Amino acid sequence: MTDAAWESLSNQAVAAAGLVYFLALLAHLVEWASLRKVPVTAVAAASADAAGGVAVDTAPPGDESAPRRAEMFGRLGYLLTCLAVAIQFVGLVGRGMAADPNRVPWGNMYEFTLAGTWVVALLYVVLCRRLKLAWMAPIVLAFVLTVLMVAVIWLYAPVAPLTEALSSYWLVIHVVSAIIATGAFTLGGITSALYLVKARRPGTETGYVGRLPQPEVLDRVSYRLHAFGFPVWTFAVLITGPIWAHQAWSSYWNWDPKEVWAFITWVVYAAYLHARTTAGWKGRNAAILALVGMATLWFNFIGINYFSTTSQHSYADSAPAPALSRDL
Amino acid sequence: MSTAPRTALSTRPPEDDRRPGELTFKELLRWTWRQLTSMRTALILLLLLALAAIPGSVIPQEGVDSLKTSNWQTDHPQLTPVYERLGLFSVYDSAWFSAIYILLMLSLVGCILPRTLHYWRGLRAQPPAAPRNLERLPDHTSYETAEDPEDVLERARAVLKRRRYRLRPGDDGDLAISAERGYLREAGNLVFHLSVLIVLVGFAMGSMLGYKGGAILLVGDDYGFANDLTQYDDFDPGSLFSADDLDPFSFTIDDFDVDWLTEGPRAGMARGFESHLSYRESPDADEKTYDLKVNHPLTIGDTDVFLIGHGYAPVITVKDGNGDVVWSEPTVFLPLDQSFRSVGVVKAPDAEPTQIGLEGEFYPTVAFSEETGSYYSLFGKDVDPMISMLVYTGDLGMDDGAAQSVYSLDKSKTNMLENEDGTPYRIDLRPGETAELPEGLGTVSFDGLQRWNKIQISQTPGKWIALIGVVLALIGLLGSLFIRPRRVWVRARREGDGTLVEVAALDRSGGGDTSVVVDELVAALRGEDKS
Ligand code: HEM
Repeated sequence: MTDAAWESLSNQAVAAAGLVYFLALLAHLVEWASLRKVPVTAVAAASADAAGGVAVDTAPPGDESAPRRAEMFGRLGYLLTCLAVAIQFVGLVGRGMAADPNRVPWGNMYEFTLAGTWVVALLYVVLCRRLKLAWMAPIVLAFVLTVLMVAVIWLYAPVAPLTEALSSYWLVIHVVSAIIATGAFTLGGITSALYLVKARRPGTETGYVGRLPQPEVLDRVSYRLHAFGFPVWTFAVLITGPIWAHQAWSSYWNWDPKEVWAFITWVVYAAYLHARTTAGWKGRNAAILALVGMATLWFNFIGINYFSTTSQHSYADSAPAPALSRDL
Repeated sequence: MSTAPRTALSTRPPEDDRRPGELTFKELLRWTWRQLTSMRTALILLLLLALAAIPGSVIPQEGVDSLKTSNWQTDHPQLTPVYERLGLFSVYDSAWFSAIYILLMLSLVGCILPRTLHYWRGLRAQPPAAPRNLERLPDHTSYETAEDPEDVLERARAVLKRRRYRLRPGDDGDLAISAERGYLREAGNLVFHLSVLIVLVGFAMGSMLGYKGGAILLVGDDYGFANDLTQYDDFDPGSLFSADDLDPFSFTIDDFDVDWLTEGPRAGMARGFESHLSYRESPDADEKTYDLKVNHPLTIGDTDVFLIGHGYAPVITVKDGNGDVVWSEPTVFLPLDQSFRSVGVVKAPDAEPTQIGLEGEFYPTVAFSEETGSYYSLFGKDVDPMISMLVYTGDLGMDDGAAQSVYSLDKSKTNMLENEDGTPYRIDLRPGETAELPEGLGTVSFDGLQRWNKIQISQTPGKWIALIGVVLALIGLLGSLFIRPRRVWVRARREGDGTLVEVAALDRSGGGDTSVVVDELVAALRGEDKS
């Protein structure tokens, strides 16, 4: 296949993935709409015993078909999500293959965003069973879909080779781990936000909030996602990042704005982990810290790339200054 | 003793005549220490550290980009003195930033040492005996079986041992088992926190004992670099650096290649560049070669040599009114953008009858824009190079001994040559061309093109300590986050004809789901019951 063919394949795959995510979102909306006919109390009772799933198996006597329909659409939504993740992966690979020479698909903001949303969706699909994340589906899908749309509309850039400073296998490891951690933190942040909503109105028995797992469960799921993300972030930001920076710019830590914000994110998440074990900071404050952490994370990704004039990491501009002329 | 007057430094226990809330000095110290080493303080200090790091990402930092900082300072004359006083141009060395992390480290030491001792002592301790009422624990269950209590417990011991629990040796009388696992979690946590200190030590060594310097070096065998302070254009040593630590190497750049992209969306950009070096590790060592590229530094001893930039150096010759050569050398022009439009100056203070200064732009592939009425560069490669220069005469200000940048002219006491119509007098030269200056001032020729490389040289002692520190920290962190410390109790009691088995578990990390542990254990006990 020619590079141009790969590039158009990638574009089509991204469009198709967007469509399938949208269908998956619709399926989950039908699922939740059907669930309205099932009393929450039954669900709440079932999910209170630490399960955290969207319990639909305790059907009330009235409407027999509603829970079954809900379950069917829930499953359909999950399968469609898996399909969309697979298609998006084709889109990512296509970006890499379209470049000459072939490369990892993260040379600019469009590709970073593509990879980031893909990891969020992938982590959701992979962890859905283990952490019982079914209740998260509509939010994750809405998030992925929105960000993907932003990427396609505003961030799209034609395929181009990497600048030399960006082609290093340390960069590959660094970016892979940073993107994975970003995905986990994002899912964790979503959970923490839902925790805050749920904890404010624990007695709610209707609507989406009513069907969320109990606050303790949300708190624990959020902790697990963060506990997964934190070491990966540590690896990305404090190990591979400095190694690569040392190779490319001769100093492993330079207090560049991007590094500063990665450090801030790290410290905030360390504070989150501390908060969870400190009386008076547990729960609400910890969840707020998790959201602060997510804000710093995304600010670093979006804000620094677009607004910082001092960062050498500014990939938003597809033509970095010549000669990496920091000291000239 | 009780009659001795109390002083502020008294170490005696408090007496009754104190007003409530009054503390002795020692108590105050202890209270302060306890506050400092509390989890809450650590948390607040962490948040402060995050907050304190922000200004440095917004305000240009001297240590990161000194040029940008001085430009900013020129643009903000009112804010600059205030910011300077607050240390906002070097946040990460400022007193207040240091205060936060030093307090955090103190807090860390104060928190870690007692915990390490405690952990050490606790290592050999037995799991605590089973609480009397297991059903008071949040995760517990019970079932009845026809077996004997002793058999149930026997099997429970086997199951728990297989799952690598540590068992409390048999308790007399009580038919119960206490088991524990996951003590390594605490060890992981301690390793993590200790490693933070190691990283800090490594980092501090790098910034105090190391240095970073840069030099622009012309490509070719005629030019070379010997690692000596005088050869650097900029040099930024740590506070404890001594010039004796410089490794005695030397090198020349024999050749330099750039791989220009000629098509595609980034046409005109350099995909990569590569310098071919010959170097000696010390004056009497053998000569070796190395291909220096971005991401491929050369390491000599403790020192790393990096290629971080490149550009053009047109060879310019200036003859004065007497026909004497007053300047003839490759003149480094600094690139302004992707197209390698570059700027540079020539200073000929010895020219007669008047000093001559040239200020020019260089275009590797020149083109003319009708729109702006000026030249620009189409491409960074030297396809059709040209320099366009303005001429200044008068006093270049080089006699007063003050240091001057070689990249800019002091025009305060000079005149710019003009054409008759008042427009600036320009000389546009392609390689091999010579221009005659008016009024018998002399000639300027563009003899050829050389290339230069910007080389950065740095020594970062302690980088391995820092690296080992973070890797240890990561390992500790993994242990701390993923090892689940658990206590499990099983009690069997005869009730009527059968046996009532109670199982309870406690997760001491707060992150685990102990109901699963209980369920699995019960399933294992009953499953083996059937077989
Ligand atoms: C440089 C500063 C510090 C950093 C970056 C840091 C980071 C962390 C991280 C990431 C964790 C999570 C690991 C876990 O959950 O086990 C943690 C846990 C912990 N930290 Fe720190 N910490 C710092 C300072 C301190 C200080 C000063 C104290 C003492 C007051 C402290 C006490 C603890 C304790 C007791 C835990 C265990 C919490 C638990 O059992 O989950 N840390 N720390």
